Amino acid sequence: MNCRNFLRTAALSSAAFAFLAFSTSANAQKKYDTGASDTEIKIGNIIPYSGPASAYGIIGKMEEAYFKMINDQGGINGRKINFVSYDDAYSPAKAVEQTRKLVESDEVLFVFGPLGTPSNTAIMKYLNAKKIPQLFVATGATKFGEYKTSPWTMGWQPAYQSEGRIFAQYAITEKPNGKIAVFYQNDDLGKDMLKGFKDGLGDKASMIVAEDSYEVSEPTIDSHIVKLKASGADIFISISTPKFAAQAIKKVAEIGWKPMFFQSNVGSSVGAVMRPAGIENSQGVLSLAYAKDALDPQWDNDEGMKKYLDFLAKYAPFANKAESSALYGYGQAQTVVQVLKQAGDDLTRANIMKQAASLKDFTTDTLLPGVKINTSATDFYPIEQLRMMRFTGEKWDVFGPPIDSKLGG
Amino acid sequence: MSTVQDVSTAPVVAAVPKKAMALGPLASLIILALLIVTPLFVKNFIIFQMTMWLIYAIAVLALNILTGASGQFSLGQSAFYALGAYTSAILMEHVGVNYALTLPVAGLVCFIAGFLFGLPALRLSGVYLALATFALAVAMPQLLKLGVFEHWTGGVQGLVVTKPDAPEILASLGLKVSQDMWLYFFTLLVAIVIYIFSVNLLRSRSGRAMMAIRDNEIAASAMGVDVSLYKTLAFGVSAGITGVAGGLGAIAVQFVAPDGYTIQLAIALFLGMVVGGVGWLPGSLAGAAFIVFVPNIAEHVSKGLSGAVFGVILIIIIFLLPNGARQLAYGAQSLIGKLRKN
Repeated sequence: MNCRNFLRTAALSSAAFAFLAFSTSANAQKKYDTGASDTEIKIGNIIPYSGPASAYGIIGKMEEAYFKMINDQGGINGRKINFVSYDDAYSPAKAVEQTRKLVESDEVLFVFGPLGTPSNTAIMKYLNAKKIPQLFVATGATKFGEYKTSPWTMGWQPAYQSEGRIFAQYAITEKPNGKIAVFYQNDDLGKDMLKGFKDGLGDKASMIVAEDSYEVSEPTIDSHIVKLKASGADIFISISTPKFAAQAIKKVAEIGWKPMFFQSNVGSSVGAVMRPAGIENSQGVLSLAYAKDALDPQWDNDEGMKKYLDFLAKYAPFANKAESSALYGYGQAQTVVQVLKQAGDDLTRANIMKQAASLKDFTTDTLLPGVKINTSATDFYPIEQLRMMRFTGEKWDVFGPPIDSKLGG
Repeated sequence: MSTVQDVSTAPVVAAVPKKAMALGPLASLIILALLIVTPLFVKNFIIFQMTMWLIYAIAVLALNILTGASGQFSLGQSAFYALGAYTSAILMEHVGVNYALTLPVAGLVCFIAGFLFGLPALRLSGVYLALATFALAVAMPQLLKLGVFEHWTGGVQGLVVTKPDAPEILASLGLKVSQDMWLYFFTLLVAIVIYIFSVNLLRSRSGRAMMAIRDNEIAASAMGVDVSLYKTLAFGVSAGITGVAGGLGAIAVQFVAPDGYTIQLAIALFLGMVVGGVGWLPGSLAGAAFIVFVPNIAEHVSKGLSGAVFGVILIIIIFLLPNGARQLAYGAQSLIGKLRKN
């Protein structure tokens, strides 16, 4: 090589080097952790396909179908998603076993959408110790969003405490001198939301005049309702799952009690709660929502809903559009795909977590208009906005702007 | 009426000769060697699975003592398992007791609980006893959620348990033992101690008394056996061993929550006992393998129909081997015997 040639090569290569150095991160050197490669991203998941909570198995199937669609469209930045989903039967012991299988045997990049408070609590310590993202857990328990103690764990749906807080804010503004009766399910859902509700009331917690809880094994909850009415309350908050929510709405109407009625989001399905409770009994019940209801005719011409229904027809014919869990799985999968798109070629576990914590005004096809997903390094609660809604006629009427509970930083 | 009497007078469990309750020395040594060597060559995850396998084997063994030896049914083993798990977890997390020391306490607490439960259960036999214990299993998860104990049990949220490290003395000897490996060998040690204890118990005077009760209660009492004492004792011992298994389970899973100890677990243990062979102690290992690994195989076959696949496998096994793994082992034994003669 002569001197001139050498100089030219040197100049060219340094120019190229400078170009590379200043170019965007997408062109930066590819970085991979276990579970990612030039052709594939391996995502692990556990969900109860069998056992007492097997109804939620549909979420896993929807996610699998969604990733199949993404792969058919060419994958994410040229990489196909390999979704490995195992059954944990809603047992914490099984959840640990299956999660370890995902991490140590299947070697997934991260764990996505594990379902249920017990299962997630059981695997949280293990995944955080191994520095493997436990992304978008399918439970609203508030403990899955504490970035300081568990920096590798992030929630997705609104935390139960968020919902409690927003109810409290609404109650204070609408009926500052009201008397509140609280009815809740005696489990993590009920207690967590109750805590949020009390936190939201703050120094007005004395508004609560009665509290009563029920067990999921109780055949009927009528006696609780009668007891709560006797307290003379004019605001009633029902933190209950579908079967009991329907019973409560019906009983409240039957005994001629007309309180301001709050129904928690988990028990607000039109098909599973409001219709069985009786449409006439359900009028005026208030609730909160963050996602659209596929049965609600008001979304018939909605762009996102159309995409969702097309998807159901093409990739998930097994799912019933009345199932809110199916919609849930779709929304969750869409969010994780966004995270992977943002991560680009830097598919390390640290970057996955970093990108999950830098979602800005992201919205899925299934979220209510105005509800945005925002996360930051100090905010590990993706969906924090909810909108108030009132049951009118045969459907929920959303009113007011999205309300932020400001649970995270 | 007559069917009811049939149930209560006929021996509930086919008699198992006491010599046939354990394995021969050679077979025992081979199995032990396999249990010691295998973990050295497999991944941590498989070691964890093997640990769970041993833990369930201990729990199935406990049920085997109760049903196989003394002829009493129990669908309530999950309650004792839960009690043991919570005892260990609370002692470790709230009191700061060393994990190894929590196990005897868990065993003792469960022994007392089992003994006390055995007293009223004395009046019941056969299917009625099974129902009474079933009630216990159903009640346990809710008792654990009670607000009164919430400070200790963590209520519905459960308790997270810290996993023990291998003792430092091993590291100073230059051996690198992972947490999983250490816990496996620790569990294996506990399992061996319990197995030897159980075999000796059944060969002892108490064991003979229990088996006499199983075969014919009236004859046993005519021979001077204190029927009520030995029946409750069997309950206590079984519950105590289950409690130790529960404690180990809590340490291995690193988490206890009421939802982990539902009736499903009791049924799984019962299933393990039947598949392993009722009254044949080594069968516990086979039975536990069934309840740990077969659901995974079923899931591998079909995710949506895993329950159905599991059911089909179970039916096939019950059809082909009504006496469970014991039948398989005896078949193999006689086959080897024939080959030797030829």
